[in-house]
Amino acid sequence: MRSETLVWAAVAAIMAFLFLPIVIIIVYAFSAAPIPSWPIAGFALHWFADTWNDEAVRQALTLSLQVAALATVMAILFGTLAAMAVARMKSAAKEVVSFIAVLPIALPGILTGMALASYFAFWGINLSFWTIVAGHATFCVVIVYNNVVARLRRMPRSLTEASADLGADAFRTFRLVQLPMMASAIGAGALLAFALSFDEVIVTTFTAGAQNTLPLWIFGAIRLGQQLPEVNVVVFAIILFTAVPVLLAQKLIGESGRVAR
Amino acid sequence: MQTAKQPIVQLEAVAKSYGAAVALAQLDLTVYAGEFFTLLGPSGSGKTTTLRLIAGFERPDKGRIMLDGQDVAALPPFARAVNTVFQDYALFPHLTLVENVAYGLRAKNMPKAEAHAEAEKALAAVQLADFAGRKPAQLSGGQRQRVALARAMVNKPRVLLLDEPLGALDLKLRHQMQTELKRLQHETGITFIYVTHDQDEALSMSDRIAVFSQGRIEQIGTAFDLYERPASVFVADFVGSSNLLGGSTLLRPEKVRLLAAGAEAPENHAAQPGVVREATYLGAVTRYQVALADGTSLNVMESNALPVGERLRLAAGDAVLAVWPRDAARKIGN
Repeated sequence: MRSETLVWAAVAAIMAFLFLPIVIIIVYAFSAAPIPSWPIAGFALHWFADTWNDEAVRQALTLSLQVAALATVMAILFGTLAAMAVARMKSAAKEVVSFIAVLPIALPGILTGMALASYFAFWGINLSFWTIVAGHATFCVVIVYNNVVARLRRMPRSLTEASADLGADAFRTFRLVQLPMMASAIGAGALLAFALSFDEVIVTTFTAGAQNTLPLWIFGAIRLGQQLPEVNVVVFAIILFTAVPVLLAQKLIGESGRVAR
Repeated sequence: MQTAKQPIVQLEAVAKSYGAAVALAQLDLTVYAGEFFTLLGPSGSGKTTTLRLIAGFERPDKGRIMLDGQDVAALPPFARAVNTVFQDYALFPHLTLVENVAYGLRAKNMPKAEAHAEAEKALAAVQLADFAGRKPAQLSGGQRQRVALARAMVNKPRVLLLDEPLGALDLKLRHQMQTELKRLQHETGITFIYVTHDQDEALSMSDRIAVFSQGRIEQIGTAFDLYERPASVFVADFVGSSNLLGGSTLLRPEKVRLLAAGAEAPENHAAQPGVVREATYLGAVTRYQVALADGTSLNVMESNALPVGERLRLAAGDAVLAVWPRDAARKIGN
């Protein structure tokens, strides 16, 4: 009994350590004071309206959503195709290619960012919306790839063979067997990729030109110590935005895990 | 039953290797229309590779694969008029049973309503009509097996390939399905090519059997041929239980009779004195292990058909005279 109490106390302490700052930011979003201070003197909701009407925040939000959406689309396409290709490979080539495929997410973001920045500079490509999308796609592709590869590993080869045996050509097999069986893995990967792109800072710093994504806007505001109440509101919104896809993705992965057995 | 034997599947000088591992070395095989033909052998003997070559999942390195007189070695699986029942059944988990069974018909562009009607008929034929709307995960192993069978047979293939289809079922269900398969084959007249490592299954179901070992066919023949006239020591040993006297003379355990020591051997019988080492009563038969005077150990299977009073009841340690008809001991390979 006593040891159990201790374990629970430890769990509570760790959870508090992890989540208390987040809770404080959320509480600050409702603080009336223009500069965050403790204890909170009074509560107000007007920061939400102010933030919503702030043109810079709106532009950053739009950009972040556009980048995340495009990077996710690229991730779905390339991640799924790469996973299907790797699943068909023989052992030796498979090891090498799957290692290369997951490398972008194993590398520190600062390396990816610097490499991309110097690559763009070398070819004289101006930093723009598209360079941000390319930067985000590097790690988003891996997320979808990983999910789909795991699904394909559990999918017996006999299923595609059975489809061919019953007279379906490769395209029909893809449409009627492989795609439906990969769908929830692709969906989960896409949601995670979207969330990851939406709050990415490091790679974005190196690949963005004059544009500000939402995380970059926050970063800038905090460094300059300006618009802190708005930052709190934006962070609150980001928590909502990223938590939802992550939770959905986990539910998708859990469900399909049961189906595949 | 068949008027003239017509070849339907012919493998001519087919070879297949995986890297350095030779799966099949120079294989020739002819299966006739309407046959129940079994590929029998231990795992890794090449029987499954042969089936996969006929289905089109593998391409041969060399040789021709003829289906109905046409070389199909280069054709993909979806262009061959054969269907497969897979060892793991390979039912599509995201489709209902009726969708699973209709899959092949839909791939051949049969309208949906018609395909589903056909599929429901096929499900009814395997006693699963009430399950048409369910998913495979909701079925037992035996039911999945029957769906796999219906899904393949609904396409009326020229040849049905079965890859150890009963391997995952328990013994009782397996016997039931053996009878069921035999009945379906008889009713439809479809040629069955059946892969198994279970010799009882092979002997009880097949018109002809090819015994595989290490990528080669050791012998092709009826159950009778394989059991009574094995072409090699391997076949003698793999099919049924056997005694090998002097390394190459086959004597089946049930051909031997045990008499009381000192008895006289009947005419035309060979006789050897020995001592019972082990006696195991199995109901219909009793199995003995007898140490012969010359040192060989002999397996004997005696029927318990005689009334109890007339039977010689032997226990370990008893001295006996083992006798067998002289022509029951066969030199292998002749």
